[in-house]
Amino acid sequence: MTRPMLEAENLVVAYGKVEAVRGVSLTVAPGRLVTVLGANGAGKTTLLNALMGVLPAKGALRFEGDDLMRLPVEARVARGLSLIPERRELFATMSVEDNLKLGAFRFRAKGGGGDLGEMYRLFPRLAERRRQHAGTLSGGERQMLAMARALMGRPRLLMLDEPSLGLAPLIVAEVMRTVARLRDEGVAILLVEQNARAALRIADHGYVLDGGTVVLEGDSRTLQGDARVVETYLGSLSVDEDGPPGRAASGR
Amino acid sequence: MDATILLLLLQDGVVNGAIYALIALSLVLVFTVTRVILIPQGEFVAYGALTLASLEAGTLPGTVPLLLGLGALAFLADCAEARAILTGRVLLRLALRDLALPALVAAAAWFLAPLKPGLLVEILVTLAIVTPMGGFLHAVAFRPLAHASVLVLLIASVGVHLALTGLGLVFFGAEGSRTPPLSEASFPAGPLLVSGQSLWMIGLTLAIIVALWLFFSRTLLGKALIATAVNRLGARLMGIAPSLAGRLSFSVAAFIGALSGVLIAPLTTVYYDTGFLIGLKGFVAAIIGGLASYPAAAAAAILVGIIESVASFEASAFKEVIVFMAIIPVLLWRSLRSAPIEDEE
Repeated sequence: MTRPMLEAENLVVAYGKVEAVRGVSLTVAPGRLVTVLGANGAGKTTLLNALMGVLPAKGALRFEGDDLMRLPVEARVARGLSLIPERRELFATMSVEDNLKLGAFRFRAKGGGGDLGEMYRLFPRLAERRRQHAGTLSGGERQMLAMARALMGRPRLLMLDEPSLGLAPLIVAEVMRTVARLRDEGVAILLVEQNARAALRIADHGYVLDGGTVVLEGDSRTLQGDARVVETYLGSLSVDEDGPPGRAASGR
Repeated sequence: MDATILLLLLQDGVVNGAIYALIALSLVLVFTVTRVILIPQGEFVAYGALTLASLEAGTLPGTVPLLLGLGALAFLADCAEARAILTGRVLLRLALRDLALPALVAAAAWFLAPLKPGLLVEILVTLAIVTPMGGFLHAVAFRPLAHASVLVLLIASVGVHLALTGLGLVFFGAEGSRTPPLSEASFPAGPLLVSGQSLWMIGLTLAIIVALWLFFSRTLLGKALIATAVNRLGARLMGIAPSLAGRLSFSVAAFIGALSGVLIAPLTTVYYDTGFLIGLKGFVAAIIGGLASYPAAAAAAILVGIIESVASFEASAFKEVIVFMAIIPVLLWRSLRSAPIEDEE
């Protein structure tokens, strides 16, 4: 087993007296795609925000051996962590191209950020809309822009919060394909999803969160077969099913 | 009032409006990036004018010890802020920025002041003295409050304004100063006599506006400032630290303030507390622009200048009253047409 890239131990995040994340431990190995599943309010978004430093947390958090706990968001970005938040947080009144350029802000002095042309090849829709304000984009285009903007910062660990939220099934499949391709290119990924079926299909490893604690953990094949996961997240109530079952969304 | 007088008043109004425009632009910049309503902007104007006047007189300006003191305070504040990552390299960088830079400026001022090196050099020294104060003030008074509400920031802003006015009195005394004009030349234009000074003022204002526009539209740092104003969390996730954006916008504001002071110093006698009223008129213009739009603020500033000059001719006792009353219909109109702010993704 390779040394973990990201290592969280007994992470606790509280809003006032209410603990939203209660002692979560989790690891992401280099180049692996790890997914965190769970229902609404299970603490998934809170967990990601704490890993990124947006929310204060207690516990231990290491990235490639370095202690992250006391570093602010910007310092974590400088080390190669990147978060695509649930609300995307685009620069709505700035052009698509400016949004992308700002994605490479951490490389402003030394160079070596992502390449605009590469992003436009990856997401041709963004090339068509490069002069438009980000606020005028559709939901799917915003998600693409958020992803491309994060990639411009050449993250070593990319964290995605509900990338499929509010997207049409076809676009969900496309987003998941892109995430899987990034993993194949060597970027470690932490994917938080409600669409458990789509997430488990591309993930290597998974955690199931409930009430702020990890209730289940395992490689994605095991989780796909686990009775509790099937019952709770993959059962007949799964409305945001993406495409016919059995068709792999990832290129693998 | 005949046409000639009207033209004269318009000319006067536009020249004064140019200064208000500079102030309004820096207020909009600082507010959008940091949510601070920068009441001390007027003090930068007064400091600029008084610093230039004392260099002109061949004495060391009172702003020099103030700069050194603020730098030392900022150094302490920066060390406290960076305590989690305080390595030797970080400490050196902070010391260079907060201690060595002001010391260098102070040494230059101390060396140059008795030589009376001429107006241009004196203006450059003035700008070098006042500009870093913006960043230092941000580090000392506003960065620790970065998460506070707009109201708390406003209260802090009033506090800084009062402190700076008091320090102005300590370092410059109660006497006013005036400097020679940037240019003695004047050009007849129809019934008007356009002075070289007013051309300088309008020209430099336009130059600053163009420079700001280039900065925001062409440089990544400028775009990072806008990004922070548009979406603070989004900007942080791109690695743009709010403290960097705040420091930068405060420095730009101090630079523009000092330049405004240099420009008005020949027109009027500046006292340690003159800046407040000038800043307030810039604020009226910024409010008319909704504290958000640069072009609207600049246009409103010209309007404020014209209202002021017409008012001082027609009813000079009520000059200030009329200028500040102009804000009321604008606020009414804004509150009537503004929709509830929608939560945008």
